[in-house]
Amino acid sequence: MVDTPKPEELIENIDHTPPEEPWEDTPPDLSPGNFCYPTKKKNLEYLGLPTPTTDEWSPSDEEWPIPENWQQIIHEGFKDLLGKYRSLRIFMDTCVRCGACADKCHFFIGTGDPKNMPVLRAELLRSVYRNDFTRVGKILKKIGGARPLTKQVLKEWFSYFYQCTECRRCSVFCPYGIDTAEVTMMARELLTLLGLNINWILEPAANCFRTGNHLGIQPHAFKEMIEFFCDDIEEITGKKIEPTFNRKGAEILFITPSGDVFADPGTYSMMGYIMLFEHIGLDYTLSTYASEGGNFGLFTSSEMMKRLNAKMYAEARRLGVKWILGGECGHMWRVINQYMDTMNGPADFGEVPVNPITGTRFDNAASTRMVHITEFTADLLRHNKLKLDPSRNDMYTVTYHDSCNPARAMGLFDEPRVVLNAVCNNFYEMPESTIREQTFCCGSGSGLNTEEIMDLRLKGGLPRANAVRYVHEKFGANMLSCVCAIDRAALPPLMSYWVPGVDVCGVHELVGNALVMEGEIERTTNLRFEPLTEEAEVEADV
Amino acid sequence: MNAAYLYSLIAVVLLGLISYAGVAVAGLEGFFGIFIPYAALVLFVAGFANRIVTWGKTPVPFRIPTTSGQQKSVPWIKHDRLDNPSNTVGVIGRMALEILLFRSLFKNSRVGFSDVGGYRKIYYKWVVWLWLFALLFHYAFLVTVVRHLRFFTEPVPFFVGMLETVDGMMQVGAPGVYLSGVVLFGMAMLLLLRRIVLPKVKYISIAADYFPLLLIIGIAVTGILMRYFVKVDVGAVKELTMGLATLQPSIPEGGISALFYVHLFFVSLLLAYIPFSKLMHMGGVFLSPTRNLANNSRAVRHVNSWNYPVKTHTYEEYEDDFREKMKEAGLPVEKE
Repeated sequence: MVDTPKPEELIENIDHTPPEEPWEDTPPDLSPGNFCYPTKKKNLEYLGLPTPTTDEWSPSDEEWPIPENWQQIIHEGFKDLLGKYRSLRIFMDTCVRCGACADKCHFFIGTGDPKNMPVLRAELLRSVYRNDFTRVGKILKKIGGARPLTKQVLKEWFSYFYQCTECRRCSVFCPYGIDTAEVTMMARELLTLLGLNINWILEPAANCFRTGNHLGIQPHAFKEMIEFFCDDIEEITGKKIEPTFNRKGAEILFITPSGDVFADPGTYSMMGYIMLFEHIGLDYTLSTYASEGGNFGLFTSSEMMKRLNAKMYAEARRLGVKWILGGECGHMWRVINQYMDTMNGPADFGEVPVNPITGTRFDNAASTRMVHITEFTADLLRHNKLKLDPSRNDMYTVTYHDSCNPARAMGLFDEPRVVLNAVCNNFYEMPESTIREQTFCCGSGSGLNTEEIMDLRLKGGLPRANAVRYVHEKFGANMLSCVCAIDRAALPPLMSYWVPGVDVCGVHELVGNALVMEGEIERTTNLRFEPLTEEAEVEADV
Repeated sequence: MNAAYLYSLIAVVLLGLISYAGVAVAGLEGFFGIFIPYAALVLFVAGFANRIVTWGKTPVPFRIPTTSGQQKSVPWIKHDRLDNPSNTVGVIGRMALEILLFRSLFKNSRVGFSDVGGYRKIYYKWVVWLWLFALLFHYAFLVTVVRHLRFFTEPVPFFVGMLETVDGMMQVGAPGVYLSGVVLFGMAMLLLLRRIVLPKVKYISIAADYFPLLLIIGIAVTGILMRYFVKVDVGAVKELTMGLATLQPSIPEGGISALFYVHLFFVSLLLAYIPFSKLMHMGGVFLSPTRNLANNSRAVRHVNSWNYPVKTHTYEEYEDDFREKMKEAGLPVEKE
């Protein structure tokens, strides 16, 4: 990170003027720092995916370790996808290049690289589609916008389809709803046919397949980590909580991203969930087998997504729960809302989710049998089932980042806001063009949250940071809340670079802070062990 | 110089000259007046149908609407029925606004940098121009097409007459000016100009973007010339077009200006070009899975026709991997 320029310099140097050279002839920049490390063979082998011919290679190399008939493999793969997805066909055929999407992409705004305009990202694939699958492309060649699949094009794909976070912001503005996330997913699926995926995606996927979660936490360790949080909760609230694991006959199975178990600040949200469930006396269990809400298969192929997702329903069936409650996670909820029931359903367990505390029937989840934690908590609040002391969050001036997938692949906008408005006294929205369906990505989604491209992530996260800075300066916002585990990992470095003084939290961390539990001792700290009042601060110093 | 633009321009000018010379010099009225329009129509119908059938036959494996508003969840949170439809009625509403009013394009914004206060900031500005040009362009096109039904029907349907009356209200002399033709020409010019002047749009434009615009400009120019400047025998034109419409084609005696044949040739080209180009957006806009599906896949299961079984890591395999550790940690196991 020595080379990273100062924030003022970085933003000063962004230039949105396209270069002279046409994009078709511009080779991608695959110098170190500009690409994600390719995946290790062992991960591909473990998952039974095609592998490159060697492990010892870098995208900077002139020659890549791919099979000799790689063009044929891609061509056949492309043909297969065109036969399976109407979305792909429509998105290849209908774009008129009106340019409405051009400046909607956070990566374009932050880098100025024209191939980060969604239209050109899709053209990378579309030009090959024209060449291989359309008459006009075959006859008119270059004039018809067609490009044969050369090694340079393949390198371009690797560079730019791992430079898209599948956030779908462009698809909100497209008059035909062309969704670059879909295009990127297809392109990544094709690249994976040659073993060209990245390690930050495939290692978690392989981990998840084996241990049940991306971080490779084994069952005993998973249990220990949760118990460790319970010790912290006891220290803060005086309440001893003993969650159950893999318990048959529980009413509800709770699944959250493993990031909430593993890394701050997600862990504070984990504490929040556990406290909430204890407080309302929920009959639930955690699973060490279905110990991951997220799904890095989504960033690999639809088949891998299905293979990793299968654990949720399998475990719900084995344990005999009535329904599943899902924690705060972004792409996890894209998978649950738009894919899970289709891929691994119909759910052959339980019943339509009913909140056992309020009696509310979640008909919107009648078929998947899975409810979002903010839907659940908002419902508890509506029925006055929670005793809250929002002043315990008074040290924070909170703003809310709509995580891309719950926003644009679900429409979860008001539920988290209902919760936030109940649990804290100071809540301010960022500008309209940067929240809700127009929200900006953290810059690290879809498996790009990896160190080696930190500069790129900081650029991609700039539009989000710019909006946070606005509320930071105007209202003194110092806490950026969100409902996504990737956000909780990616936003802290983004904030410390662009908007120092703003911290990141999950919504249920704030719930945990505000929640007045039955029989708890007077709290002197929040879940981060930070003193609640200035008085307490002085005491702590003594 | 922009090659994509230049090639397209040359192509359209050449095609215009060919048809003009073909009629004026070589006397190929039958070829340009009868053969070409029929051939274009056949290509259009067959190509269009083929494309729609291909799209229609391709499965929609997943329900992937772009949700641009609040989902339907608990009853006391206000659901955005249009931007996040939960049923077919909502989808029809969303699609109608999209197709009739270009709603997504209406949301368009522009990114800019502001240097006020020393530290550079990003701002977003709502911009309406692209939406406005596009909407006027398409409606002017539609009105123009409907007006031309006059040439293919006898008696002329009442709505064509009504439309002409409305369209011609801005009368500034004789013959009455049809607003639609002027607007069509103007908007096509603006859309073209955009591609030549705006750096980003210029950068992404290819020949397939310039060619249809120039062709439409060609159609508009020849049409306007015929109506206001170079008089053509409208009666003879109608005789020819009615012949085409009734499948009894003939070239009217006395002849029609070659300009008309250029107009007809351009229209034929456009018609034949549609199924093989981005102009298929007129069909695609109805079928886009991010817009025409309800976001209800948690409430009602969406079925994927090619869903197939996959290899998973079962609980039994998992327990086999970790049984001892699980037992030691006090976790329940299925097999001791």
